[in-house]
Amino acid sequence: MDMHSPRRERLIVIGNGMAGMRTVAELLERAPARFDITVFGAEPHPNYNRILLSAVLAGEKSLDEIVINPRSWYEENGIDLIAGDPVVSLDAAAGVVRSAGGRALAYDRLLLATGSKPLAPPIPGLDLPGVCAFRDIADVETMIAAAQHGRRAVVIGGGLLGLEAAWGLKRRGMSVAVVHLMPTLMERQLDVAAAQLLQRDLDKRGIAFFTNGQTEEILGGERAEGVRLADGREVPADLVVLAIGIRPNIDLARKAGIDVNRGILVGDDLRTSDRRIFAVGECVEHNGQVFGLVAPLWEQARICAARLAGDDGAAYATPPLFTKLKITGVDVFSAGALAAADNADDEITFHDAKRGVYKKLVLRGDRLVGAVLYGDTADGSWYVQLMREGADIAALRDRLVFGQTAAGGDATVPAGIDIAAMAEDAQVCGCNGVSKGRICRTILDRNLTTLEDVRAHTKASASCGQCTGTVEAILVHIVGAEAAAATGREPALCPCTEHGHDAVRRAIGEQKLKSMAAVRAALGWKAADGCHKCRPALNYYLLCAWPGEYGDDPRSRFVNERVHANIQKDGTYSVVPRMWGGLTTPAELRAIADAAEKHRIPTVKVTGGQRIDLLGVRKEQLPAVWADLNRAGLVSGHAYAKGLRTVKTCVGSEWCRFGTQDSTGLGVRIEKMCWGSWTPHKVKLAVSGCPRNCAEATIKDLGVICVEAGYDIVVGGNGGVEVRVTDHLVRVASEADVLEHVGAFLQLYREEARYLERTAPWIARVGIDYVRQRIVADAPQRRALHRRFLHSQEFVQVDPWAERAERGVEAHEFAALGRAG
Amino acid sequence: MADATPDWIDIGGIDDIPARGARTVRTGGKPVAVFRTADDEIFALIDRCPHRGGPLSEGIVSGKSVACPLHNWVIDLDGGQARAPDVGCAPAIAVKLVDRRIFLAADAFAEAPGPTAAERGQTA
Repeated sequence: MDMHSPRRERLIVIGNGMAGMRTVAELLERAPARFDITVFGAEPHPNYNRILLSAVLAGEKSLDEIVINPRSWYEENGIDLIAGDPVVSLDAAAGVVRSAGGRALAYDRLLLATGSKPLAPPIPGLDLPGVCAFRDIADVETMIAAAQHGRRAVVIGGGLLGLEAAWGLKRRGMSVAVVHLMPTLMERQLDVAAAQLLQRDLDKRGIAFFTNGQTEEILGGERAEGVRLADGREVPADLVVLAIGIRPNIDLARKAGIDVNRGILVGDDLRTSDRRIFAVGECVEHNGQVFGLVAPLWEQARICAARLAGDDGAAYATPPLFTKLKITGVDVFSAGALAAADNADDEITFHDAKRGVYKKLVLRGDRLVGAVLYGDTADGSWYVQLMREGADIAALRDRLVFGQTAAGGDATVPAGIDIAAMAEDAQVCGCNGVSKGRICRTILDRNLTTLEDVRAHTKASASCGQCTGTVEAILVHIVGAEAAAATGREPALCPCTEHGHDAVRRAIGEQKLKSMAAVRAALGWKAADGCHKCRPALNYYLLCAWPGEYGDDPRSRFVNERVHANIQKDGTYSVVPRMWGGLTTPAELRAIADAAEKHRIPTVKVTGGQRIDLLGVRKEQLPAVWADLNRAGLVSGHAYAKGLRTVKTCVGSEWCRFGTQDSTGLGVRIEKMCWGSWTPHKVKLAVSGCPRNCAEATIKDLGVICVEAGYDIVVGGNGGVEVRVTDHLVRVASEADVLEHVGAFLQLYREEARYLERTAPWIARVGIDYVRQRIVADAPQRRALHRRFLHSQEFVQVDPWAERAERGVEAHEFAALGRAG
Repeated sequence: MADATPDWIDIGGIDDIPARGARTVRTGGKPVAVFRTADDEIFALIDRCPHRGGPLSEGIVSGKSVACPLHNWVIDLDGGQARAPDVGCAPAIAVKLVDRRIFLAADAFAEAPGPTAAERGQTA
């Protein structure tokens, strides 16, 4: 006997699909050298993700994109793949399989992963050209070809598969009708209410439905021309797709004498009645249950691999089943029970018809046993987790239906998932069967730091992408926690330093650092000059900390703030003069018109901030344009600055019959106080003269809304990409109070927000209660903040245009160096 | 060809450019940016980011690189290559410093790539 290379056991896998190859992959991780592995596949393709065939049909993915194991994977792992040569017989007594192509191979262990076959109704016409199932790549190719030539399709079956087929064909331009035997769609996964919402939404998208429709015959002579229903209705069609369900593919096992019922019978060890033969996937029957969803397949693969690797303790139990419908823009989620089984069960329902959101939770005692979600499925994973853990939800019950965030989960984690509480073996990526534990291990073992890396190494979120948020949250959970443990600091300001924004600012104040070079030296900057990320930040922090002492560094400012105009995509600039509170005069308008004509400025536009934008000014023209505007009293509007932009106003009590206070006048006074200030990011203000709020004060960084009793001050709004409505700060009685609160608020923002952080994310970070505490509750501190604001304003309220147009400041900016060529 | 014209063109003094700054040089259609680093090194590149043609002369200069003001591509001053992960090159022009005067290689102006977008705007 050769002691050095004992003969490896031979494992033959029949079926090159998701369950079989998942088992092989798990086995290779556990016992890479135990078996010589041969895989037989009936289809001529490598293993692909059958779940995503609907995405291929809908044109959202290519066939290449749904391949799970490319041919190279088989080669790299020494697996002999025999694709396109199906096994036709199995001699269990001799331990030999035979293929259609005449191969005869002996095995020590055999894995049956023969999958399922589409169910076909017992009706005439099934053999006609133009009739297909929706099961494999060949079917999808048939459907795509039909969509190119034919106009009309009928899908028989209104379940998950049928609806995805219908949507894909609709996307391919066909007119599609769905014939469904039952009164409501997806009746095994959805209750009546959710099913009706689904049918309504799909109907709006142009899919016709024949519910209670029993197909009696597929019509047509040469090829399919339509279907006839039992009630006499006829639906014309060029393509008929059968999607009424699947049945386990057990032919091979049955002929070999292995025990079968609906599926191949397996125990918790996933062995068949023959000790050497295992089975996984849609071909098996376990405890009377057969399978068509992915989660139990992955679990079977895991247990079967453990058994094959010699772990005799591994036992399979069916995990909680959940379903998602993969139709873009239609969010459907279902897990566990659809409805209360008896009086002991309770249902919690939430229905917002206008938003198209419906949620039903089924409770048994203090346990969650079912969830049906329509329109908003973000909390689906959390509900499954609660079901899997059998968690006691008594304390959450009143908020449960509103999701994890409302129920007190960690709101910073997307998709309502508490990563820390998530079980290690919880399935994160259903498409590729990746658990939380595996993602965590891979991140740690390989030191991964980006989502792309995690995707590349684990395949998690690499297919349908629905779990991207969760994968990202796991990455943050691991890397963030590790980084925090190692340094105890916020993320670094830029690659030049280990320090975060807050640490740098503290050091500037505590160590009295008054120049960029001093900061970089004291804090061990890696690059002598810093970089384009840290230089503008440090310049701002120093300006804010040492008003009147620190000299602004134009070379550390973004071009707009250096040139005092906004660079446009063609390299020209835009010029926006200030209009105090949005007020102007005929003389100012005349000066703007004259300047635009004189300098041939191509575009003149009214901005959202109630002023006028002159666009397309060349850099060397800027001083002359400014000089002309200055002569009419117009000064820089700082439309380019991380600083005060505008104070938008409505006309207020001076003219408006609803106005309660002089909003225009107050706006002008606020703007006069605040103009020229530099802030972490741009700041937009508004004053509305009554609660009708015509100045849109509730989406500004700071808004004032006048009421009969005084002035409401609101803060932290934003009308940009992520709209945020302001939080109410305080109601004050007088204009003087308004000015003091505005100055104090801006100074708090200047001193404590991070560079490039708008007020909205800043307040979201520190909380409005903190801001109220500092500005409202602590009056001496408010007055001190206001005083510091006014002090710093003494040094900046100089019109930068006049300095450049008349006094030649930074003149090199606006003229070429010389001439050559 | 280089023999037909003077080899080097005097375009100005180093003190005409602020440290960690840049100036442009007018040419017969060829926009050139001349950079001065903190260490008084001088570099010249075609004033166009390889990404979207942004004016590199308006970017923030740190070390031997400049960040384009339009989309923050970082370009090496020495050679004009974009830093990874971005890929592209702003053509470099030979430059020398003699007694604090800046000279550009004349042969670099043989083939003009055309006016900048801003200069096109001038004629529109």
